[in-house]
Amino acid sequence: MKDTIRIGCGAGFSGDRLEPAVILAERGELDYLVLECLAERTIALAQKRKREDATKGYDPLLERRIEQLLPILKKNGVRLITNMGAANPVAAAEKVCEIANRLNLSVTVAAITGDDVFRQLTGEETAMETGQPIADSGQLISANAYMGTDAILPALESGADVVITGRVADPSLFVAPLVHELGWSLDDPDQMGQATVIGHLMECAGQLTGGYFADPGKKDIPDMANLGHPFVDVSQDGRAVFGKVAGTGGAIRLETAKEQLLYEVMDPSQYFTPDVVADFTGVTLKEVGPDQIEATGGRGQAKPDKLKVSVGYHAGYIGEGEISYAGSNALGRAQLAGSIIEERLRDRFTNLRVDYIGSTSVHRTQLGTWPEPYEIRLRVAGRAATAAEAALVGEEVEALYTNGPAGGGGARKYVYEVVGIVSTLLPREKVQSAVTIRKA
Amino acid sequence: MKRKLYDIAHSRAGDKGNTLVLSLIPYKEEDYPLLKEKVTAEAVKSHLKDIVAGEVERYELPNLPALQFVCRQALLGGVTTSLAMDTHGKSLSYALLGMEVEL
Repeated sequence: MKDTIRIGCGAGFSGDRLEPAVILAERGELDYLVLECLAERTIALAQKRKREDATKGYDPLLERRIEQLLPILKKNGVRLITNMGAANPVAAAEKVCEIANRLNLSVTVAAITGDDVFRQLTGEETAMETGQPIADSGQLISANAYMGTDAILPALESGADVVITGRVADPSLFVAPLVHELGWSLDDPDQMGQATVIGHLMECAGQLTGGYFADPGKKDIPDMANLGHPFVDVSQDGRAVFGKVAGTGGAIRLETAKEQLLYEVMDPSQYFTPDVVADFTGVTLKEVGPDQIEATGGRGQAKPDKLKVSVGYHAGYIGEGEISYAGSNALGRAQLAGSIIEERLRDRFTNLRVDYIGSTSVHRTQLGTWPEPYEIRLRVAGRAATAAEAALVGEEVEALYTNGPAGGGGARKYVYEVVGIVSTLLPREKVQSAVTIRKA
Repeated sequence: MKRKLYDIAHSRAGDKGNTLVLSLIPYKEEDYPLLKEKVTAEAVKSHLKDIVAGEVERYELPNLPALQFVCRQALLGGVTTSLAMDTHGKSLSYALLGMEVEL
């Protein structure tokens, strides 16, 4: 067992920047690099790609990320753990081997499967969001259980250089190497609680180092164009110190760590993962150096008996249209345009959304009194069963060019397919993980 | 004197389905008791009445210190099917920070 290990997080979502991971692998003196790239919706979309082509269904950026990282990871002896397997971890492992062959590198890749529980569901399971059977939401596309650290450990024990998962709980990507290297126990809720605090702080990468934080003049963050992603040094006794590579942009401060600790957490005394019900309320954060924050005090209670399953379903199509008005009475003209669209479409869409970008679009209201903006962009959105129906929204907005208020410019229209997500619970023993090894 | 929360605290927004989660963290630890007293779940519910349709629960984290608000039915259905511009509600931390409190 080691006394301390260092884990870096080089990506916090599927579309994250590529070079922070490269910098971490090159100069971070890491033991492990984690890339967290899988959102709930992402896996349902990946499932659809896999159905169209059995060799696909992994993260679309996998090839670009691995091509850049693999030579550096091999050179520096850094192991990679990533959920870029999405709906097809084995195909992802084979793709990594193909890249390794091309680059003349030898690599062992472990793919973890078992999260895909689509065939085990009847559709009668209750959706946590609606209280109704999941099949009532729409035609089901995918069902993936959130697996935990116990699913990842055999892959680490196999000695693989690269571990590729599908759906696992994000913090478990970090908990697994802590258990593997420091000998922490899956059956010790306090160790799992602290490990989960560490994973939770790390999993969104740049959100710990000043991303999703900066507010100029109020919360200034240096050199955000070159934002560094974090690493964490974890000691046997549970102490965790978060830092970033010297010379990278961004900052790790008490404020950034506090915001990230609470990010997306409902009841902070009961944060459910497959590994533990973690309690964040005893966590203490301390600044121990420049860009260095220490976290201690994560605790927990025994892991839940059931695993959360994320179920994707067809939710039709959303059509959108936008057009801008500027100068005198811009808001008045945009509102006239909005009312015209509402009158023409309200019978065809049960739920038509009309927003005034620049005024009331993102908060859906205006809190307090603000001066009228110079320009306003009307934005209309509606959902329909078919793409053709959804397209009507954009078509109607575009037609305002010649039939609507004065000075309407810059119309755009979009249609996209919508995958909805509901969740249900499955007894833990129904989810069986497996490891597949591929070598190059 | 009335002041915006923006002057004394920061916030980050997160989402879980149709639920919006907002942290409220004082810049100065000594302002925590004031936030605890003034920024109740009811006050937040009232401030965000045009945005949050469901209940607001508040959790206290004296260790950090910080408050956490869990706002139900707040995202027009949630990120995957919502017709909203900001389907995650990521911008809504600044809706909370726009709340005025008597200091």
